Amino acid sequence: MRAVTIESVTMTFNSDGPNEVVALSDIDLAIEPGEFVALIGPSGCGKSTLLRLIANLISPTGGSIEVNGKSPEQARRDQDYGMAFQQSGLFEWRTVQKNVELPLEVKGWSKRDRASRATEMLELVKLEDFAEHMPWQLSGGMQQRVAIARALASHPPLLLMDEPFGALDEMTREHMQAELLRICAAAETTVVFVTHSIPEAVYLSDRVVVMTPRPGRITTVVDVDLGGGRDEDTREDQRFFEKITEVREALRGAELGVGARGIEDR
Amino acid sequence: MTGRAARRAFLFVVALVLVATLWELYKAIGPDDGGELFGFPVLPRTGERAMPHTWEMVSRLTDPEVRGDPTPIWQAVLGYAWYTFRMALGGLIFGAVFGTFLAVIMARFRVVERGLLPYVIISQTVPLIALAPQVAALGGNWDLPRWTWVSALGAFLAFFPVAVATLRGLSAAPAASLELMDSYAAGWWTTLVKLRFPAAVPHIIPGLKLAATASVVGVIVSEISTGVRGVGFAALTYGQRATSDPEMVYTAVFGAAVLGLCMFGLVVGLETLVMRNRPRELAGE
Repeated sequence: MRAVTIESVTMTFNSDGPNEVVALSDIDLAIEPGEFVALIGPSGCGKSTLLRLIANLISPTGGSIEVNGKSPEQARRDQDYGMAFQQSGLFEWRTVQKNVELPLEVKGWSKRDRASRATEMLELVKLEDFAEHMPWQLSGGMQQRVAIARALASHPPLLLMDEPFGALDEMTREHMQAELLRICAAAETTVVFVTHSIPEAVYLSDRVVVMTPRPGRITTVVDVDLGGGRDEDTREDQRFFEKITEVREALRGAELGVGARGIEDR
Repeated sequence: MTGRAARRAFLFVVALVLVATLWELYKAIGPDDGGELFGFPVLPRTGERAMPHTWEMVSRLTDPEVRGDPTPIWQAVLGYAWYTFRMALGGLIFGAVFGTFLAVIMARFRVVERGLLPYVIISQTVPLIALAPQVAALGGNWDLPRWTWVSALGAFLAFFPVAVATLRGLSAAPAASLELMDSYAAGWWTTLVKLRFPAAVPHIIPGLKLAATASVVGVIVSEISTGVRGVGFAALTYGQRATSDPEMVYTAVFGAAVLGLCMFGLVVGLETLVMRNRPRELAGE
């Protein structure tokens, strides 16, 4: 069973109106369980829209989507995925632990089960000593780790992330990328990851999906076969740079006459 | 925290002394029979009947309410104020609950908001002094104790700021957080309890502060027009003796002031309690 199947999906906002925007046009994408897939492209290419379609926060105007072999709506009801955004979005009135417990509370778990799962998740993101802290007492990177712990709390098979490290500084960001790979390997999670950064996409992913705007389309899918374990040495590996070049050229080729915007080269 | 509290207490005393000084200063230099400007009486009279000395008002507190009675008047005033305080507190609690309830159903159903909000606003333009006897008559019909309808009139003024502040607060939750609750397939009620309401608290607190003062005003005014013997009624009866005992009415004014401060302090205490874990920049001030 595939983690995500997307078939000829089209998304039009304000259809038939004067402000009609074709955000996505004819998207096909299949994601296997355990895969790490990055969506990359300039602003307005519809990568966030695609993520929100998978999450069933919006519904496509055409085509079909399956998540975990179910309709996206059923998958959402079953909490088959967790989500993390650019802003950690932690509830400021809850302790770190209570934030991680939030999805479990909604699911109706007992207090004891919630607490033991939250402890497990905080150990996974190495924040077990901060369980009783308030979110605003933590640094941005730590808040983002809490958000990841919250997203994975119900052990969903799929993790959807929308530029989760976009607001972090470069050092924290690289550290968080390594942490994310470790966490997802430990939890055997499939990840769909939206990003602006080419090195981030290459470092993290098994496949990088390159998208272009107006209308949002998938132009190229780059296989990143850097082998299993990625560490800090990977960032200085010749093949890492080759893949970065490959993704960059795919983006540039796709954008001839469009003009690249919003792509970071770092 | 304690340093700030001490500084506030100090400033409070300074403000009191300043008001008393201004009072005495004007009394010393102002014309005894008041002054006229272009034929209009603008300057207040400074005679003993109109403006007694501040120290005489304070010393009046230890004299009896009625001649020959051994207990000093401050005890009687405190008793009236305590009665008013309980009615105002009842009004605040009932008004806050009702206001929150209104805000929640208005936030839930836009139709209700559109239909109800104008009436909520109009309700506040009805003069309380006219409404109080009507409500008193209603309460008489139902054989309720008299304090209940005075309390209800306090609630009538208190519910409005709470309803408006809560309604605003309930829509203050960030879009990303709402989307997060959506991604958990959380229902409207769950989202209200776990997200919208906690996010609204920093908005509700200022509404409660307004409501606390409004409830006191409502109860005092209603006492005057219904004859319930709280501090407002005491101010009315003491005021009638201004000719022979001009300081007497001020003892009731002091009582009302203390009562208002206690009421406000109660809400500030509540604020400190519920906001203790929130980030500083959002914790009011």
